[in-house]
Amino acid sequence: MSEPDDSRDLEARLRKWEATTLKEALRALPERRGEFVTTSSRPVKRLYTPLDLRNKPFEERLGEPGEFPYTRGIHPTMYRGRLWTMRMFAGYGSAEDTNKRFKYLISHGETGLSVAFDMPTLYGYDTDAPPAKGEFGTCGVAVSSLDDMEILFRGIDVGKISTSMTINAPADVIWAMYLGMAEKQGVPMTSLRGTIQNDILKEYEAQKEWIFPPEASMRLVVDTFAFGAKEVPQWNTISISGYHIREAGATAGQELAFTLANGMEYVRWGVDRGLNVDAFAPRLSFFFNAHNDLFEEIAKYRAARRIWAREMRDTFGAKNPRSWLLRTHAQTAGVSLTAQQPEVNIVRTTIQALAAVLGGTQSLHTNSYDEAYQVPNEKAVRIALRTQQILAHESGVANTVDPLGGSYYLEALTDELEEEAYRYFDRIQEFGGVIAAIRKGFIQQEIANSAYRYQREIEDKQRIIVGVNDFVVDEQSEVEPLRVTQASLNAQLGRLARLRRMRDRKKWEASLDRLRKACEDEDVNTMPRILDAVRARATLGEICDVMRECFGVWEEPLLY
Amino acid sequence: MAKKIRVLMAKPGLDGHDRGVKVIARALRDAGMEVIYTGLRQSPEDIVEAAIQEDVDAIGLSCLSGAHMALFPEVVQLLRKRHASDIVVAGGGIIPEEDIPKLRKAGIKAVFGPGTPLRDIVAFFEKAGSAKGA
Repeated sequence: MSEPDDSRDLEARLRKWEATTLKEALRALPERRGEFVTTSSRPVKRLYTPLDLRNKPFEERLGEPGEFPYTRGIHPTMYRGRLWTMRMFAGYGSAEDTNKRFKYLISHGETGLSVAFDMPTLYGYDTDAPPAKGEFGTCGVAVSSLDDMEILFRGIDVGKISTSMTINAPADVIWAMYLGMAEKQGVPMTSLRGTIQNDILKEYEAQKEWIFPPEASMRLVVDTFAFGAKEVPQWNTISISGYHIREAGATAGQELAFTLANGMEYVRWGVDRGLNVDAFAPRLSFFFNAHNDLFEEIAKYRAARRIWAREMRDTFGAKNPRSWLLRTHAQTAGVSLTAQQPEVNIVRTTIQALAAVLGGTQSLHTNSYDEAYQVPNEKAVRIALRTQQILAHESGVANTVDPLGGSYYLEALTDELEEEAYRYFDRIQEFGGVIAAIRKGFIQQEIANSAYRYQREIEDKQRIIVGVNDFVVDEQSEVEPLRVTQASLNAQLGRLARLRRMRDRKKWEASLDRLRKACEDEDVNTMPRILDAVRARATLGEICDVMRECFGVWEEPLLY
Repeated sequence: MAKKIRVLMAKPGLDGHDRGVKVIARALRDAGMEVIYTGLRQSPEDIVEAAIQEDVDAIGLSCLSGAHMALFPEVVQLLRKRHASDIVVAGGGIIPEEDIPKLRKAGIKAVFGPGTPLRDIVAFFEKAGSAKGA
């Protein structure tokens, strides 16, 4: 951005400043530590200046908002036009319990729904399956059938509100249940808006809720891309997620790198299937973490947009600018919440949410202060939602586009994160791609190494976590407990038993047979068959059992 | 030379959150213990079988999904059934405070919540291992 003469002047001025003003200041008061680092242990310099940005054309890397490479945001007016969607991840107990929570959240001003499923559902088991023992509704809602899905959205017009569903290995089945539910509400598929997470690669890497081996899973994912592009055009058929990679211990740079590498892997599989990249890429969406380190987090969102736009345009040859856009959801860092002095988590969440907004997110979930203990209670979740409303309506940060653009520090961090991502892309390429790197345990080990280093830094007090290793008080937790009731479990078990008894057995059997044939034939898209099975009242577990038989199950490399 | 303390680190149930269990496994290994990590989705039967086969001094259970009350006590009961009650069992994860006394009563010797210093956990297993070795 600077003429050579200007930067020589600046260099000279800085040298003088270092020799005089700075030197004196350091003599009077040495700095607090020898090295300053980010939450991700990235070294931070004392001062950033235009000299940090001079190596590459500044404007080209930034662009204008709403234009390639979208560093400053995907919309020309950003939040002046429309605020981000306030979308609170919610789910516990039975479909009835969670339906009540959804209505509570809507009544308090949330603008999009987001479903958390329980462990058995995430893993493709019905509530009454033996491995589900003790897991019903504890960290999400149990959905075993179309009936459950109908209850979950009773009294909510799914033609009007968008719904995001955190579901991966059985994403196609749960999506089919949603489509079946909408059909019964009388809402056509073409007007449905929402997202299925459907990001299986990060399951192998971090979240670990996989069922089938990678190749079979990828085929199922591409089936949803193809089906969605044709039948449910406003639906995001995937949310490529760094969130869980970060929660599992990755640094900001690793989160960025692994997420985008996964994203490009999905695009390759779609293209290899013969899909036109512009037919499905506009429906790819993303999901990033918002952690404690304000500037590093903002930089991560900006770097992500820039890399994605470039790769989609230049590597994959996408022509439609909508294919270049990295649209993202964000969630504050669950892993940063402390059980100690839990109310203080409200402050952490505020800073993290601010990072996501300054980073230009399209939707946001804010964690509740009691989540180091449990699924949040009503009061805690309302405060979390209010945090977003304060950012939107009181803080002023939504009044202008990319307010921190041009900050020497932020721009330098954005560049650094981008470079780190490309270094990881190269390493993954050396393994032979993402799936090969997963099979070798490379990505998992990188994440585990970072998690351990972070914990050691806390242990050694190189890193202060307020209330945990400093500023500690002796206290009893005052978090109001939220419990899943036996009555909810009984209702769910009763409903399942009734469904199995009452359904048309012939229709049900035929639908599962047809699904089995589709699984065995790669040229047949599984989605319509799954939808038929769901309509015939096949349960999640039954459908996944058919697939388990056809595809087998994944065994991960053991490492720590 | 003293026999190395052997610890089985296990994830019972369907929960896939393995950050904590892996960090603990590594901390115990760095402290000189022999650590066997079972991997995810182990039933209480699998865990007890592995503990006996591997002749461990202690078991560390990790669960963040909320299923701890259904899974942790069962491990202790199965150990009793197999006459292996000398194997010490500890647990950790997202565990509401009101559950801790119940788990202790069920024979879980220690419950470690979020934010527990690694050194406390290492010290617990060192003590458990040397008590059993004696």
